[in-house]
Amino acid sequence: MNEFLTNMAGVVAAATPVVVAVIGETFSERSGVINLSANGLIVLAAMVGFAAAYTTGMVWVGLLAGFVTGAAAGLLISFSSISLKQSQVAVGFILSLLFRDLAYFLGTPFMVLPGPTVNRFAIPLLKDIPILGPLFFDQNVLVYFSYVLIAMSYYWIFHTRQGLILRGVGEQPISAYSRGIDVNRQRYLYTALGSGLIGLAGPMYSLSIKAGWNGTMTGLDGIGWIVLSITIFGGWNPLRGSFGAYLFVFLQWLGLALQSYWTSVPSQVLQVAPFPLMILTLLFVNIGDTEWVTRMMARLPRGVRGGFYKLFRFLRKPPPASLGVPFERE
Amino acid sequence: MHIQLKNIHKYFGSVHANNDVSLTIEPGQILGLLGENGAGKSTLMKILSGLICKDNGEILINGEEQNLNSPADALRLGIGMLHQDPHDFPSMTIREDLQIWNQRSDRTRTDATDWQALMNIQEDLGFNLDLDGSVGDLTVGERQQLELARLLWLGVELLILDEPTTGISALQQEVLFSALKKLAGQGKTIIFVSHKLEEVKELCSRAVVLRKGCLIGEREAPFDENDLVKLMFGRQITRTRTAHARTRDVCMSVQNLNIEDFRIAIENVNFDLYAGEVIGLAGMEGSGQRQFLQALAGMKQPSSGHIRFGDEDLFGRNCYEYQKRGIFYVPTARMEEGLVPGMTLEEHYILSDCEKKIFIDSRKSHKTTEERIQRFNIKGRSATYSEELSGGNQQRLLLSLLQDPAQLLLLENPTRGLDIESTNWIWSILRERCQAATSIIFSSADLDELTFYADRILVFFSGRISEPLDSAGLDEERLGRMIGGKDWPK
Repeated sequence: MNEFLTNMAGVVAAATPVVVAVIGETFSERSGVINLSANGLIVLAAMVGFAAAYTTGMVWVGLLAGFVTGAAAGLLISFSSISLKQSQVAVGFILSLLFRDLAYFLGTPFMVLPGPTVNRFAIPLLKDIPILGPLFFDQNVLVYFSYVLIAMSYYWIFHTRQGLILRGVGEQPISAYSRGIDVNRQRYLYTALGSGLIGLAGPMYSLSIKAGWNGTMTGLDGIGWIVLSITIFGGWNPLRGSFGAYLFVFLQWLGLALQSYWTSVPSQVLQVAPFPLMILTLLFVNIGDTEWVTRMMARLPRGVRGGFYKLFRFLRKPPPASLGVPFERE
Repeated sequence: MHIQLKNIHKYFGSVHANNDVSLTIEPGQILGLLGENGAGKSTLMKILSGLICKDNGEILINGEEQNLNSPADALRLGIGMLHQDPHDFPSMTIREDLQIWNQRSDRTRTDATDWQALMNIQEDLGFNLDLDGSVGDLTVGERQQLELARLLWLGVELLILDEPTTGISALQQEVLFSALKKLAGQGKTIIFVSHKLEEVKELCSRAVVLRKGCLIGEREAPFDENDLVKLMFGRQITRTRTAHARTRDVCMSVQNLNIEDFRIAIENVNFDLYAGEVIGLAGMEGSGQRQFLQALAGMKQPSSGHIRFGDEDLFGRNCYEYQKRGIFYVPTARMEEGLVPGMTLEEHYILSDCEKKIFIDSRKSHKTTEERIQRFNIKGRSATYSEELSGGNQQRLLLSLLQDPAQLLLLENPTRGLDIESTNWIWSILRERCQAATSIIFSSADLDELTFYADRILVFFSGRISEPLDSAGLDEERLGRMIGGKDWPK
């Protein structure tokens, strides 16, 4: 039991940067801008954050550097997609590759150096709660920050007027505009903030979970793509998104844990399993829209059908209506 | 509010959308802005509400020149516009929708949640909106009421309404008109943009007419209808009803049909459609007409019943099977559901041709394109993109894409937003088809159009469907009551 708890606490810690990045992407996409460069950005920010922390010897400088790297990338994306009206998909893909290779190239001098790491800090009193204490409150500051972030971002998006405006801008920018809201300013702001959070996920790896910078061996490549898909799975909602992030990391851990039991199954299968599982979840979330499902459902008795409709409606969250579309007055 | 527009010019590419328009509007007046589709009415009003910028000219508000660079500027001055498609947020609740505005642009209030004031405005104007409902569930008419109440709530002095009667029920129109009269009485200035003469006649004290971007005339009430028509179109327009084409042969027989989806349940529909007959679907927007038309086109799966067509029961077949038998559906949203933006007219014809060849026979496609453009009187060339056409021409293009021979056409609001000339033209084409024994089922919000063109009418009210009513001798008032949910048999 204790060992399992320790493992689960590890899952919570390992999911933290994914949670933060998913919330960042959620902010950006809610405003209508897709940041497809998340994958490269996390790798680059991890390197920059580590380099900054190593040079100054201060962890917080590294974290700040990661955030600033992300925010700068966000401004670059906003500028190209909002001011220059370029395709967010094309630019995002290229930036993703560019950021990643840039990280490997610039990071060479910092390879395999011992750097500072974030310390564990158990919260007094809370850590003594049975089960929950060791699971959630015997972690480092970054994990606690992520709890606050989840709650705050959810409250901001769904319970404040600013959040309403953010959602409005991503849904019907023309309506927001004709009500006197500066749509492009909102998009710049939230893309910078969101990308900053994605950037923050970088040093969360290099200063804590996968401490150090090991170039291509760091093993961060790929996380960003998962972040993008979890954002969709989460229906652009920080609570659901965070749940998706925890679920994904849990599945990853499960793959590793099951290896010792199912020795006959090749280890690669179990390591790769979380990815198709995520795809299946996405598929299930959106399956209510397909024609053959509606056709099949039409044959079910009324009560059962109603239940399915409710389930599908709960699962399926349509994307912000203007996601990826530059705003024009006319 | 006293408004003066001086020599306004606006270009879209090579199109001169507003050409030297000068206009003065006195406070407390309801001004009618008339013109056919594409005359530049909306453009002029969008300039006045700050949504787009003028290329040249001056705007004076209460005698002072103002720069309207964004809607925020216009709102600060007290200018609010109700757009043709309401600028709201269908995915949100009404309460949420109402809270989205820029506080810096407001002149009177900083409190975003003065719900009592809003409810007072609602009550005053005879609206009845539930603040906790979802915007997406409202009818177009209710969404307009919401926008209207919202603008007044923000303290707007000049109200611009762009084609507000498109897509709303007769009852809602009555409520809207009495609200507008009341507001004018309270000293608000109102600009009413429309292509419908009767409405301007009923509501406005003064009317100006735009044609091809120029302001070509001004009239004071009482108006002479023929005079205004001449101003709008440059000539007289009359509509003719061609002879009855209805036969005794049953084209389609619908029995015990049940249709269900998230929004609405339609139960137990029974009727026979004769070859060459026109059936009109009356009812408020969202009473089930769309689901009904889509079910008859095979695009929506009914849950039970029979759709007999010829010797077959088409229940459960998909829409390709329906199309093979000559049953076609034309949706309301022309650009979104009917045409492909970014494709030229010629490419549309090639697509709709359905030939199973790999290469395009360009000589043949040129020929068909030229021929159809001419036959359907489309103002465009074969290389014109579909989104560049005006609404009326888009509708003509849609109709010209239908394959021959058609047995049954299912048209959803075929003349929504079109001016008299385009409407007449489209109906002359449709009537021609009826002569060739094609049957038509169409939905419309225009009672006049329904009683004039349809042989029989089905009334829809929240999923209920009436018996077919003969349109000859049908009382429009009774029809209006039925649409509003009264006079229904228990």
